[in-house]
Amino acid sequence: MQDQDVIREFLVESHENLSRLDEELVELEKRPKDAQLLASIFRTIHTVKGTCGFLAFSTLERITHQAESLLSQLRDGKRRLTPSLISLILDTVDATRKVLASIEASGEEGPERFEGITERLRIAAQMPPDTDSEPGSGLAPASLADHDDETAPCEIREGTKSEETGLKSSAVADANIRVGVGLLDKLMDLVGELVLTRNQILQFNTEREDAALNATSQRLNLITTELQEGVMKTRMQPIGMVWNKLPRVVRDMAVAMGKQIRLEMDGADTELDRTIIEAIKDPLVHLVRNSCDHGIEPSEVRIRAGKSPYGRLTLRAYHEGGQVNIEIGDDGAGIDVAQVKQKAIEKGLLRPEQAEKLSDREAVNLIFLPGFSTAQAVTNVSGRGVGMDVVKSNIEKIGGIVDVCNRPGEGSTVKLKIPLTLAIIPGLVITSGGERFVIPQVSLLELIRLEGDSSEKHIEQVHGTPVYRRRGSLLPIAYLNQVLGLKSAEQAEAVSIVVLQAEDRQFGLVVDGINDTQEIVVKPLGKQLKGLTEYAGATIMGDGRVALILDVLGIGQRSGVLAESREQTRVAAKKKAHGGIEQQRLLLFRAGSFERLAVPLSLVARLEEFPRSSIEFAGGCQVVQYRNRILPLVPLRNVLESGAPDRDETADPVQVIVFNDGDRSVGVVVDQILDVVEETVMVRQKSTRKGLLGSAVVGKRVTDLLDLNEVIHAANESWFQGAGGSGNGKSILVAEGSAFSRGLVRSGLDMAGYRVEEAANLDEAIRELEQQPADVVVAAMDLPPSGSAALLAAMRARPEWERIPLLGLVDSAGQRQLSDVRTAGFEDCQAKFDGNAILESVARLASAQASRETAPMCAGEEK
Amino acid sequence: MATDIAIVKSDTAQNSRQLSTFFVADLFFGVDVLRVQEVLRFQQMTHVPQAPDVIEGLINLRGQIVTAIDLRRRLRLPPRTGDQTPTNMVIRTDDGAVSLLVDEIGDVLDVDAATYERPPENLDPAAREIIHGVYKLKDRLLLVLETERTVDPAAGDA
Repeated sequence: MQDQDVIREFLVESHENLSRLDEELVELEKRPKDAQLLASIFRTIHTVKGTCGFLAFSTLERITHQAESLLSQLRDGKRRLTPSLISLILDTVDATRKVLASIEASGEEGPERFEGITERLRIAAQMPPDTDSEPGSGLAPASLADHDDETAPCEIREGTKSEETGLKSSAVADANIRVGVGLLDKLMDLVGELVLTRNQILQFNTEREDAALNATSQRLNLITTELQEGVMKTRMQPIGMVWNKLPRVVRDMAVAMGKQIRLEMDGADTELDRTIIEAIKDPLVHLVRNSCDHGIEPSEVRIRAGKSPYGRLTLRAYHEGGQVNIEIGDDGAGIDVAQVKQKAIEKGLLRPEQAEKLSDREAVNLIFLPGFSTAQAVTNVSGRGVGMDVVKSNIEKIGGIVDVCNRPGEGSTVKLKIPLTLAIIPGLVITSGGERFVIPQVSLLELIRLEGDSSEKHIEQVHGTPVYRRRGSLLPIAYLNQVLGLKSAEQAEAVSIVVLQAEDRQFGLVVDGINDTQEIVVKPLGKQLKGLTEYAGATIMGDGRVALILDVLGIGQRSGVLAESREQTRVAAKKKAHGGIEQQRLLLFRAGSFERLAVPLSLVARLEEFPRSSIEFAGGCQVVQYRNRILPLVPLRNVLESGAPDRDETADPVQVIVFNDGDRSVGVVVDQILDVVEETVMVRQKSTRKGLLGSAVVGKRVTDLLDLNEVIHAANESWFQGAGGSGNGKSILVAEGSAFSRGLVRSGLDMAGYRVEEAANLDEAIRELEQQPADVVVAAMDLPPSGSAALLAAMRARPEWERIPLLGLVDSAGQRQLSDVRTAGFEDCQAKFDGNAILESVARLASAQASRETAPMCAGEEK
Repeated sequence: MATDIAIVKSDTAQNSRQLSTFFVADLFFGVDVLRVQEVLRFQQMTHVPQAPDVIEGLINLRGQIVTAIDLRRRLRLPPRTGDQTPTNMVIRTDDGAVSLLVDEIGDVLDVDAATYERPPENLDPAAREIIHGVYKLKDRLLLVLETERTVDPAAGDA
């Protein structure tokens, strides 16, 4: 029975493929150089061949195998396409059709062996690859022509025989109509609307006493329901539809290759949208064949490696995180990274020096390059370099991701992640702040309802963070209405907690009400709302109104219940991968009521812990003996919150961040060191509060950036007096649009003893210079409004400023950019966040400037 | 319910185009008639918490979810008073349909390219960003809306 189904599907599919081939071949005749078209034709033939291979249609397989060999030469450019070759391929298509017709009529390939056509294909493929010889001249084409004459009539005879069956042949194909998914989507939307309208009519009906209306609306009701079911059915299919032909594929492969393979399937009833089923069908077969062929080793190899002689091939499908995941895993040898690299070099896909730089992971991804195949020999099983790139392009076409997880020696798993933009998922409808939301059921663990007066008691606070004791362990709690900024519900008698799973964490989300679960159709949000991480999409509810689908991970991160560290590293890694974006390493810490403070790590000398008993007092200041010196300590809390009681007096040991300046050091006492993060600082809002530069979003949380200079000054006025530094009171103008970067550069210069003026844009900079010419100007290359070139021009145009050295600051210290800037007329150029380099550069420029000013020829020039 | 106004007269003269007009506060706007998919009376909307201010909500347009952008807020105009309900003008953009909430719908007008001019330099930046130009009609000025910019999420919420 199942085989019948498989054959039926094969027939429908092959008929489609062949009709497409006809079109494509004719097209190819017009554009013989079109490599993409050739590749597509090649793949089509490859697919037909692959399918008839496991259905054991040997004649068909032989024909298509020969055709494929020829096409692969064409594709690789080893042979030029000639009209006679095209006719030959078209003849092949016709022959294939005849076999298909016979299969459809009798279930067998029929007696005709089509030796003529296979022979012609074989000869054509074995002809010396054409160099300059035109087709039609020389021996080989002549022999081809002979064959043409001989075989063609015989083919026609065969054709007339199957003419009658040919009529019947398309019966199966005709019973199916292919409908564009766009049309199905539209139908589904319209049916949805129809359902709503029907509901309204039914409502009317109950209000009126009209027998005719009553009868009509009853019928409307029935028809609509049936229509709805029908349309829904057109779109959804269990993945088992595709899987049920795989056991046969695996079995045949195993037999053909002398391997022992067990296939395990999990989640065959996972429903997928029709489009997705269509799109993953071929990739899945390819992947399974690949696993059997390349992944799983022959039994004796497995036994030698200490594994069970039976190779295991696992297929898994499940919904997760708003996506459909399909995994094809084997416990074979895994992917040999070195071999993959070697192969890529041989195939000219990669240069050896590139290969060296590739990480293992990147190397594994080489298998997705077109024309790549690790099989040592071309078999008719796989190994023509057609598999993985097709898999990847097909999956990506539907917005999915292909990922390979490679465990050398233990096997490899290919993961397909397919978005469910079209899929239907079960969801829980909840309300919060008067709005309805849907939570995807996959993220849902359990529902907790806290009733009565005890409800408040159940949610406890840990340092201001709500938690709930769930079976003895603490569950972090977030309030949905707070996360989304909705008005909170009036005091309800019960609290509803939805326990959610995001990645490997759990948290509780307090909502106002829990309605029910529904099957929902996920629809994407418009691009205006794409940036909101809180939502995974939207859906249309039964009453026709739109409801938003919550993104559990986004909500968790937004509310802070999911620790960001993981996310941060991921974001950081992502940014790094994008390259070129300037990252800053920040030290995060906590002091007093400031939960998150940050200071650039480049300014930090060391992190120390001192026992409280070692703190002494000198001149009214806290000091500690540190490396045979006296280290003044600045309790940060006292600076930021003057007058606040010293709460943590008991904290022992004391956490100290040590900052250095030349041979002097100062220790800033904080409550707790939190983390070091690497991040692009997002928001740069200037602060008016003493001791703070401003606020920025670091790791998705608002973080205050410490103004180190001010903090140290405030606490220990005398520290800088006579500090000398390298600055000697020279004046520096820092022109930079971003308040944050400006503050950063400033604090470095301040600490070195320079007098620093700031300017946020070109006009301000010129005004500052007019008031008092600086010794050195430090200007960001992206100085508003139009870059610092304007400042350079302005300065060079005025004789009194002409000699002021100008140091350019760039976002990233790319060599190219640096040299560009140096030739543009700037004296020097440094990266914005490289504090030490800026200092050195300023010191050098300032001293050069000083020596020039004292030189007689410049003496009278200005000031 | 839906008034289909995408009817184009066969006037294809180069120097003339048809604009579908509407009012926002006391401003008189036009968009290319071919851009307009349909006009709907005010629909119930689903508010999107945390969304940019200009986004009024989401509407269900026969099964398609369409974002509604309030043009008053986009132009930084005072909100509508009391019982005044806006009208949805659903326009086609490169990224699907988007609904613009306007005060009132006007006629479809033929405008002459000769009367076109770029907007004045001193126009409020919020408006300047999305106003392509001005047609000087006999009795009033018709502002041409730049639809792609209007629905661009990155613009306008500075």
